[in-house]
Amino acid sequence: MESVFGLVGKDFAIVAADSSAVHSILVHKTNEDKIMLLDSHKLMGASGETGDRAQFTEYIQKNVALYQFRNGIPLTTAAAANFTRGELATALRKNPYMVNIIMAGHDKDVGPSLYFIDYIASLHKLDKAAFGYGSYFALSMMDRHYRKDMTVEEAIDLVDKVIMEIRSRLVVAPPNFVIKIVDKDGAREYAWRESIKDAPVPAV
Amino acid sequence: MARYDRAITVFSPDGHLFQVEYALEAVRKGNAAVGVRGTDTIVLAVEKKSTPKLQDSRSVRKIVNLDNHIALACAGLKADARVLINRARIECQSHKLTVEDPVTVEYITRYIAGLQQKYTQSGGVRPFGLSTLIIGFDPYSGVPSLYQTDPSGTFSAWKANATGRNSNSIREFLEKNYKETSGQETVKLAMRALLEVVESGGKNLEVAVMTKDHGLRQLEEAEIDAIVAEIDAEKAAAEAAKKAPPKET
Repeated sequence: MESVFGLVGKDFAIVAADSSAVHSILVHKTNEDKIMLLDSHKLMGASGETGDRAQFTEYIQKNVALYQFRNGIPLTTAAAANFTRGELATALRKNPYMVNIIMAGHDKDVGPSLYFIDYIASLHKLDKAAFGYGSYFALSMMDRHYRKDMTVEEAIDLVDKVIMEIRSRLVVAPPNFVIKIVDKDGAREYAWRESIKDAPVPAV
Repeated sequence: MARYDRAITVFSPDGHLFQVEYALEAVRKGNAAVGVRGTDTIVLAVEKKSTPKLQDSRSVRKIVNLDNHIALACAGLKADARVLINRARIECQSHKLTVEDPVTVEYITRYIAGLQQKYTQSGGVRPFGLSTLIIGFDPYSGVPSLYQTDPSGTFSAWKANATGRNSNSIREFLEKNYKETSGQETVKLAMRALLEVVESGGKNLEVAVMTKDHGLRQLEEAEIDAIVAEIDAEKAAAEAAKKAPPKET
């Protein structure tokens, strides 16, 4: 029941993801960070098989870093998204990675951009995107309330509306979410939305 | 002798690997490179032979990053250097991918030296014709290091070293004048050593400084010129001081 969604604002892009790590009926932890900082100005939110997620996103991150050392300049967001899609496509007919990705980045010349990459290697450049059961609610909320060129406050308000919908309407809703933002100053964590903290329960 | 330098896999009767020694000759013909380790700063300085007027000098970088905390300069065949540097960069990322830790300077030096050694013991290949100077800070302890590798595949750590053209004279200078330095003093020591064999001036030197917090920084031509001017002034003052005492008596 993982949810990852993102949207593009005035000069920034936001990616939000739930932070539950689940195995069958057990919740391992509720503060798993599923949004990776690819480099200084790129975010990659990923959902899917835990092992595949870690393996694939780390592999992409190290290749993005290698490109920068080889060529002296960082990859553009579009190039990174296409590279990621290419890797998924190559593995698809042998060892598919069960990972869905929302990649957001900020480039100096192009501004903010968001890419939807699903586990069978579709790639779409979009203003808003979502994965998982939460996407039913996320896309509906964003379709209703999204406008072009929102400010950070308006965008976070919309993200909170989406999280509220997911929490109240999804049967096994993830309790906690992490929100990360990328703009001209770089990619960074914006906030956590926690309704359950991993605090120990006192013995009776 | 002629029979023992065709294929490198053959030892000569007196225990030489001639191809490796010839590779060292190629290094001796390459541009001079100096590395100096300070307490909080490590400096690499490389001779820049005169740039042809029409060449874009920015495309010829002699000091390169292998990772955020490791840099390399070399003397010898630059095309061979490209291959080694590429493999080293891949290894730096691969190490991070498999063990979640950045490489230590010693690890990547051992890797590069290992590659160079492989090519002295394989059929149908020749050794890499370059010696490298590798600098960096240990990712956890923050200790600065300077290592050198050569075509035979040996490597060792140094406080200061030189390779390439006239490296013996530079090393002599360093042995006479080395002391523990930090910050700008380390930069000046490295440049003074290189200026022993290289023509003075910002356009004949490429200098890069690595610190723990800011990584590798290539100095601009203007900065290099300014430091060269400082060094020249200090040299002149020292000369004058040497000449002055006899006058006082």
